[in-house]
Formats: sequence, C-alpha cells, structure tokens
Amino acid sequence: MINFPILSSLILLPSIGALFLFFTGSNKENSITVKYVSLFTSLVNFFLSVYLWILFDQSTSEFQFIEDKIWIEGFINYKVGIDGISILFIILTTFITPLCIISVNNSIKNRLREFLIAVLIMESFMIGVFCSLDLVVFYLFFEAGLIPMFLIIGIWGGSKRVYSAFKFFLFTLLGSVLMLVAIISIYWISGTTDVVQLYELGIDVKYQNLLWLAFFSSFAVKTPMWPVHTWLPDAHVEAPTAGSVLLAAILLKMAGYGFIRFSLGLFPVASEIFTPLIYFLSVIAIIFTSFIALMQEDMKKLIAYSSVAHMGFVTLGIFTIQQQGIEGSIIQMISHGLVSAALFLCVGVVYDRMHSRLIETYGGIVSIIPKYSVLFMLFTLAALGLPGTSGFVGEFLILMAAFKDNFLVAVIASLGVIIGAAYMLWLYKRVVFGKLVNSDLKQMVDLNKSELFILSCLAIPTLFFGFYPEPLINTIEVSIGDLIKVYNMNVTGN
Amino acid sequence: MLNLELVFPEIFLSLSIMFLLILGVFKKDSSKLVQNISLIVLLITAVITFNETISNEKTLLFNGSIIIDYLASFMKIVTLLAAFLVLVISSNYLRTFKIFKIEYPILILSSVLGMMVMISSNDLIVFYMGLELQSLALYVLATFNRDQLKSSEAGLKYFVLSALSSGLLLYGCSLIYGFTGSTNFNLIANQLNSNEYSLTFGIVFILVGLSFKISAVPFHMWAPDVYEGSPTSVTLFFTMVPKIAALTVFIRFLYVPFLNLIDQWQMILIFLSIASMLFGAIAAIGQTNIKRLIAYSSIGHVGYALAGLATGSNDGIQSSIIYITIYILMNLGLFSFLLMMKRNNKYYENIDDLSGLSKNHPLLSLSLLVILFSLAGIPPLAGFFAKFYIFKSVLEQSMYFLAIVGLLSTVIAAFYYLRIIKIIYFDKEKEKFDMDHSLWLKFSLTVSTLLILIYFIFPSQLIEVISRINIIG
Repeated sequence: MINFPILSSLILLPSIGALFLFFTGSNKENSITVKYVSLFTSLVNFFLSVYLWILFDQSTSEFQFIEDKIWIEGFINYKVGIDGISILFIILTTFITPLCIISVNNSIKNRLREFLIAVLIMESFMIGVFCSLDLVVFYLFFEAGLIPMFLIIGIWGGSKRVYSAFKFFLFTLLGSVLMLVAIISIYWISGTTDVVQLYELGIDVKYQNLLWLAFFSSFAVKTPMWPVHTWLPDAHVEAPTAGSVLLAAILLKMAGYGFIRFSLGLFPVASEIFTPLIYFLSVIAIIFTSFIALMQEDMKKLIAYSSVAHMGFVTLGIFTIQQQGIEGSIIQMISHGLVSAALFLCVGVVYDRMHSRLIETYGGIVSIIPKYSVLFMLFTLAALGLPGTSGFVGEFLILMAAFKDNFLVAVIASLGVIIGAAYMLWLYKRVVFGKLVNSDLKQMVDLNKSELFILSCLAIPTLFFGFYPEPLINTIEVSIGDLIKVYNMNVTGN
Repeated sequence: MLNLELVFPEIFLSLSIMFLLILGVFKKDSSKLVQNISLIVLLITAVITFNETISNEKTLLFNGSIIIDYLASFMKIVTLLAAFLVLVISSNYLRTFKIFKIEYPILILSSVLGMMVMISSNDLIVFYMGLELQSLALYVLATFNRDQLKSSEAGLKYFVLSALSSGLLLYGCSLIYGFTGSTNFNLIANQLNSNEYSLTFGIVFILVGLSFKISAVPFHMWAPDVYEGSPTSVTLFFTMVPKIAALTVFIRFLYVPFLNLIDQWQMILIFLSIASMLFGAIAAIGQTNIKRLIAYSSIGHVGYALAGLATGSNDGIQSSIIYITIYILMNLGLFSFLLMMKRNNKYYENIDDLSGLSKNHPLLSLSLLVILFSLAGIPPLAGFFAKFYIFKSVLEQSMYFLAIVGLLSTVIAAFYYLRIIKIIYFDKEKEKFDMDHSLWLKFSLTVSTLLILIYFIFPSQLIEVISRINIIG
C-alpha cells in the first residue's frame, strides 16, 4: 500500500472526472448525470484525503508519501510529498469542493457542465499547489489555477464580471512573474529547485533578501495584503457563489501556505529582516480593511473585506515565528476557509431568492426564515472569533504569540478584533433583525435540503474545532516545531 | 564533389520546382495536381533531410560555404513541415478567393528553397543568395490576391522596405569583406583580432537587415500592414516559416564568425529584444483586426527568441530554437482557426466577429482558449515552457533586467490575449460560422491544440532533440 501514489491520485482524480464530463454531452437532460459524476469524483477525493490523514504519521516533520520522478531530464523532478503543514490544506480543499458542487444547484443556470469542469480542474491544481515539493512544479500549479478561476468569474459572474476577471488575472500574474524569476535564480544559485534539498543546503544569505521580496510580491497579491488587496473585493462580488467560496476558502490559503513553506523555510535570514514590514502591512490590513468593511453596503463586499482583515491576522501570526503564532495562523486559515465559505453561501442563499446583495434590501427576516437565521448567526459569531468557534482558537493563538513578540502590534491587532465584531454584528443586525423593510421578503422560503446540508457540513467542524482543536494542532505541531528550530538556527547562526 | 549527396534535398527541390513550372504551363487546369505534387515534394525533401541528419555530425561543403549540421537539418525539417501544413490548410481559402493557382505552391516551394540555402549558409554570399530567393518569392506571395487593393499594397510595401533592408545588409557584407578579406564565416572568425571596431559597423548593418526580416523593433514597421493586407494563408506563411530561416542565420552569423565580439553585439540584441517584447505587447492592445494583432504579437514573440540569442551561450541558442518551434506550433493552431472564420463563404478578420463563439462552437473555442493561454505563456501549456527555457538561459547569464522586463511584458501581453478570450467566452453570441472545413484544417487545429495541451507531460523529448545542437565549441 505504501507504494500507491496517493498524492498523484489526489491531484489527477478531479482532472479525470473533468475529462469524463468533457466527453458527456452538454444537453439539458445530462445536467443531473454531470452533477453526480463531479460530486462522486470530488467525494472520492475527499475520502482519499481523509484516508491520507489517517495514514499520516504525526510524530515526524519529515515529508511523507513522497513521489519523485524525473520530469525534465537533469533539471526538474516531479516531486510531491506532504508534511503536517500541507495535509490540512489538502483536506480543506477536498472538503470544500464537493460542497461547492452541491451548491451550484441554485446558482448556476447555464453551462453547468463547463462550470463543473472548471471547478474540478481547479481542485486538481489546488491540491497540486499544496503538495508539490519542487519550486517549478509549485509555480506551475500556482499559476495554472488562474485559468479556471478567470473563466469562473468571467463566464458565470455578475454584471461587472469582465473588469473583475481581468483585474484578478493581471494582478496575480504580475505578482507571480517575479516569483518565476526568483525560482530560476534559485536554480542557478543552488543548483536545484527541489524544496527538500534546498532546506538542507540553505540559500546563500546575500541573495536571500531579493529572493524573499520576489516571493513576497507574489504571495502578497494572493493573500491579499494591503495595498494590493483591491482585486479581491471585485473578484468576490462578481464571482458566482461557488466561485467566491473557492476563492475565499482555498485560493487565498495558497499564499499563507507559501509564506510558511517558502518564505520562512527557504529565506529565514531575510524573513527576520522583513518581519517589521509584514507586521506593518498586517496591522494596516486588520485595522484599515475592517473600517472599510464597516462602510460596505454590499454583503459580499463586506465579507470580502473581512477576509482581507482575517488574512492580516494570518500573516501577522506566521511572522511571529513562534509555535503558537504559526499554529494559530494555520488554524485561522482553516477556520476562515470554513467560515468565509459558509458566509458566502449564506449570502448566496438570500441572493438566489431576492437577487440582491445589498444590505438595505433585507431586514427582519428572522421570523420568515428562522433556520437560515440561526446558521447565519453561528457563522457571523465564528467570523468575529467568539470562543467556542474555530475563529477564536486561531485569533487567540496569533494574538498570544504577537504579545510575546511585539506589544504595540498586538494591541493594535486586538483592536481590530473589536472592529471585526462591530461590522459582523452590525451586518447581522441589519439583515436579520429589525423591521421587515420590504414586503417581498415575506415570500422568501427557508433553506432547502441541500442548502441546509451544506451549511451544517460547514457548521459542524467550525464548532468542533472551536471546542476541541487538538486534532489540528497535533497534526501540525511537530512540523512547525522543527521549522522554527531550523529557522532559529539559521538566523542566530549567521 | 564527394559529399554532393548532402545537398541532395536542395537539388531535388529545385529540380521539382522546374518540373512543376513546366507541368503547370503545359497542362491546363493543373492547379490541384501541382498542389498535390508539391506536397509530396515537401515531404520527400523532409525525409531526405532527416536521413542525412542521422549519419552526419557536421560537414562543410563547397570550400566551406555550405554547412550541414544538426542545426541546419533541424531547422530545415521544421521549415519543410511548416510549409507543408501551410500549403495543405490554405487550399480552401484560396479557392474561395479564386486564387487557387499553380503559382501558389510553386512560389512557396521556391521560397522554401531559398530558406534552405539560408539555413545551410556558411558564407555571406550564399546567405544573401538564399535570402533574395526567398524574399522574391514572398513579395509575389504577398500580392497574390492581386485584385484586392490591400494585397497589392502589402506586396509593394514589403518589396520596397525589404529591398531597403537588403541594401543595408549588402552594405554590411561589403564592409566585413573589406575588413577581413573574406566572406566565409570561418575565415572571418580568424581575422577578427586586428580590426574589432571597424567590424562592428558591418555587424550593425547586417543585424539591421536581419532584424528587418524577422520584424524586430525598431525595424518592424512593415509587419502589421503586410500581415493584414496579404491573403490569410500567406500571412500564416509569413508569421511562421521565414522566421525560422532568419533566426538560423542570426544564430550562425553571430555565433560562428563573431562570437568573440560578443561585447559589441550583445547590447544591440538586448535592445532589440526588450524593444520588441514591450512594443509588441503594448501595440497589440489597441488592435481590432486579428491579423494585425497577430503581427504585433509575433513582434513580441520574436523579442523573446532574441532574448535567448542575446545570452551568448549554447543554452540560450537552444532555448531560442525551442521557443520558435513552440511558437510555430501555436501559430499554426491560431491560423487554422482563422481560416475557419467564415460565414456564408465570406472570411471574417475582426476580433469582434468572434463574439460569443463559445456558445455556438464550444469545441472550437476551447481549442482557441488553449492556444491563446499558451501564447500568453500561462502554465501548464507549451507556451509557458517556451518562455521558461528562455528565462532560464537568460538568468544563467545573470541578465536580470532582461528577464524582468520580459516577464513584465508577458503580463501586458496577457491582457490582449485575455481580451480575445473575453470576447469569445463572455460576450453575446453572433451568427454561427460555416462548419464545412477541410479535414486537414481540422486536423492541424486539433493536433496543435493537443500538442500544446499535453506538452507538459513529455517536456524532455523536444529538449533532447534540440540539445544536440551545439554551435559554440
């Protein structure tokens, strides 16, 4: 069983499903088959990844399930493998995708087959990003994800979809080309692009600063950090619900993962130098975008800005370079993956019924759609980090580590939590409570079975990991511990 | 005379051209026959060329004025196959415009002959001879649709400007001959040391002439007009085939006689490369005609190929050759599609005519999507790898500025490729296109799309072939 290429199967399965969909006819009668095929593929992938988690050995920080094949003779190897840091992201990806596929029921009306193909191919690329152990392979997956996402926003998006799709594509492409320069330079500096070997060899200190900045330019756009976050609200607002979910839950996590895996792992000395920069940008992201979120009238835009703020916490936590900080960041990313996905779905639910995302359209719907209101409240509270939800665990750990490292930064970031609570609660109040502003709202029906199912699927882990984050922490603990050990050795050694 | 069999492909091709001319004149309505025979001739020539590659490492012929090596054989085979495909997919187009005549295949064959001479040349005079043969054939091809004003204009423009550039080129040749006393590349190389600076004049003039032929900025002015005015099938030929020969001459001219003068010409090449990449990307944004857009995009692509040449290393040369090979593949796909853009027997050339294509022709637009993303250089498609090798060799020489400008211009270029994709996928649909295309057209579109798509699975194969080309040392 150990020889079974489980990671490659995880990467390939969704693509094979997509290929299968490609060969089924595109007529209307097929839409159910198409949906079940894609659902089936993504579910198989999910169970495979859970099985991977079970097989995963938590007691070591070595990379596991490594596959290493020559790809371009004497230059690049196709190398994949996982450690404690990457496995959670893979499971998040395989968990969110089937939910996305179920959710298309209500939102995607035309070209369903093409949409599902795009989603499945996207899943392939995302899993590839999280388990590739070669910089070129990583770049390949990282960039390739742009194509399906561009199409998802552009074809199935809202009225300003073209503008948003272009902005999304060009921003991220601009960020990543510098990373490509850095990757090739690393090849010429160190003679390899294999991440494991690079960990052992280390990269010459005199190059680290520039390389770090090149990687940073790519990850900062993708995270997104202030001031290059502007593509995110546009992309989120215009993308169809399932697209927003993918974007928020998985795409944004690639950058956080990249920071941990590459910025900290490969360029420790430079990371140490640039930590103040990251702190500065993170704090601005937390405070500034929270205030912007407060002013939004569009629900999706509000949640998009809150994502920027949450990712600010993540980058802050990563660059505290402490056990709690990085653990908190990863948990925050997982939690944000679940919660923001759920919030976008919640917006999607009311949008499908009323065709408006404006907050002022709603009000007083609590008595009309009670089930929805309960679940929406749960996720609102999770987003603002109420104890007992997964949002709390992440933020708490990050702030704890931040206090140890830099008191001022931690205080300002904590203030961000308050503003976060303000805009989320105010959003909830305006949408759900209050007077019934619009008589059309009376026609709204409560969650149907599939919506209830999706939201419950997201609610359960949100609550579970809020009360008992142990399984997550156990998985990542050793890997992060060793990462920090190596990091400190490199920094003090020089 | 011992190795005459090595130039057998050229001899065979020229004899066939003469035979076809006679056949065409004496037999009435023989255009189809001539076309078919030319196709077979191209294939046979390719096979002969391939055969001689296997046994032969590097041979000089005719007092060293002709060279047969891997570079020559590889480029010749690519030229021949590209010409074959151009010929085979253009017949429907030509019929529609009632210009399906015997001259068309014969002119293509003669320009191919000229290119083969260019590719094998190891001497300034032989090189010039080949260049003129191919250019003369191309002038006529550009005006091939002679009843149309634009086509005649294109041909005339091309003729005047190309003649000018040939003049400059000859002037450069004469300067070099004057300073070194020889036209042979190897002999020139031996005479370098004494008069380095004066030779630079000659090099500059010849580089200007060559840049004209591959339409590198700032000698690109003719390209958009000629590309737009010529019949589409000829534009296809222009964008692909002459570039191969000109690039080969570029490689040979810079790396055989003048490798030691790299300090003198490297800056020129870097400038040409950066200017072409940036200009190609920016100027293409405003275009509405696809052929014009392709002209600008091809200017940009030439810039990338030149970036590889600017490195002064074998890796760089190889990456340029890989680039141009993959570029030809992508262009072939793009033009196969362009030749399908007709409604009711009328061909369309505007980008807006593609509007909403994805609703009417999902498969067609999918392959166009693949080709366009590949041209933009997005992984995992073949176009990405082409750029990747270029930047790999550029960064090996620590030319960071060139690499960063090159990559930034890919972002700018991505914009106009995305614009086409936007029009295909996001906009409202128009009338359907006719779908009565020839089998060859479908074949070339499908094959090029598939090759672009699955290139990432077998990236080593092409490199393996090309890594046998070692010009330096």
